[in-house]
Amino acid sequence: MKKLNNFLGSRSGIILVGSVIGILAPMLQKLGNPANMGVCVACFERDIAGSLGLHRAAVVQYMRPEIIGFVLGALIAALIFREFRPRAGSAPIVRFVLGAFAMIGALVFLGCPWRALLRLAGGDGNAIAGLIGLAFGIWIGTLFLKKGYNLGRAQKTYTSVGLILPLIMLGFLLLMLIFPQIPGQSKNGVLFYSVKGPGAMHAPLAISLGVGLLIGFLAQKSRFCTMGAIRDLILFRQGYLFSGVVALVVTAFVTNLILGQFNPGFVNQPVAHSMTLWNFAGMVLAGLAFALAGGCPGRQLFMAGEGDGDAAVFVLGMIVGAGFAHNFGLASSPKGIGPHGMAAVIIGLLVCLFIGFTMRKKA
Amino acid sequence: MSERAKTIDARGLSCPQPVLLVMDAIKTTSSNELIVLVDTDTSRENVIRAAGSQGWQVKEIETENDEYKIILEK
Repeated sequence: MKKLNNFLGSRSGIILVGSVIGILAPMLQKLGNPANMGVCVACFERDIAGSLGLHRAAVVQYMRPEIIGFVLGALIAALIFREFRPRAGSAPIVRFVLGAFAMIGALVFLGCPWRALLRLAGGDGNAIAGLIGLAFGIWIGTLFLKKGYNLGRAQKTYTSVGLILPLIMLGFLLLMLIFPQIPGQSKNGVLFYSVKGPGAMHAPLAISLGVGLLIGFLAQKSRFCTMGAIRDLILFRQGYLFSGVVALVVTAFVTNLILGQFNPGFVNQPVAHSMTLWNFAGMVLAGLAFALAGGCPGRQLFMAGEGDGDAAVFVLGMIVGAGFAHNFGLASSPKGIGPHGMAAVIIGLLVCLFIGFTMRKKA
Repeated sequence: MSERAKTIDARGLSCPQPVLLVMDAIKTTSSNELIVLVDTDTSRENVIRAAGSQGWQVKEIETENDEYKIILEK
């Protein structure tokens, strides 16, 4: 176990995790998940919000077991390697708001950083604008960090605080087992299920959960973070985390080629639109929010699994943000951005700038 | 003239604050030693990696109550 511990904490470990995500995401697509989505954290948290009825966009409602697996896999790894450290209290309301706007920005683009990379690896050229936007947003975040921006210290807390989000995820899994999808029906018990659209596309539950647990376990230990990868390059010229991102893109590209899922182009790409400016701007907002919160959406799930109550609040902010995004017409669709998507991006950027400029108390 | 080892308290701070604090201290200190307090394994790894990139090595790591006291030297 110690050897595995040392390996996952090395550069080889981070490359392994990027590769595992890069191989398994396209395979999940082959087994039923939406194309170029694989394991998109934002999209899947949005689907969870839909399955709970927090929004009623009928095409994106499914209790994604991958997300549940990420948190529980990270919890298992943290317990095994004695890294479960319950902590909380670092500006939770700000983290919630950052989570909500991160989700809104991601849904204007239609994907989290993981999906931006998976879209690129699937041949979707629109992902380039999204990735440039992501890097630009993170760059703005690094300017704040250099000026002393921080959200304040977290405190050690009760074990139960660190267990709350994993327990919520366990509860979601139980709900899914109690109220499984009935073919052709849009609801079973308290859970909503899409009968068409991306929410209706999913790999078998056990496989999705297993993949989620594996990625969660490996990523907790290796500290895989797509935002951190770009941030560390800009801030410290450090390519440690970035090697995982490169591994993800390369392996996903090769896996897509092998599975016949590589379709290069800008139009008619799956669950994507080609409004370049808004692909860019949506991800500027998401990137800035991730940078201010200290981690990409996947990393927030893994940190929540290792006991970080503030990361858990960010995750809940994202799920609620998905509710706002679809209830208020902020989210994009393959036809383009939503009726209020532009306003939401501008408000989100203003809120992030407000947070960045005003929270500069030196630690 | 070398000054006393500076102590950086990075406990409770989220990524990348601990590394930023250590990098700043490395730039400004005239001592050959730095003491860094962290409370997560991620911060411990990040601080050691960042210090290593600046030519600083770990002299000693003390563990107490799930917290780490990292003593770095140039």
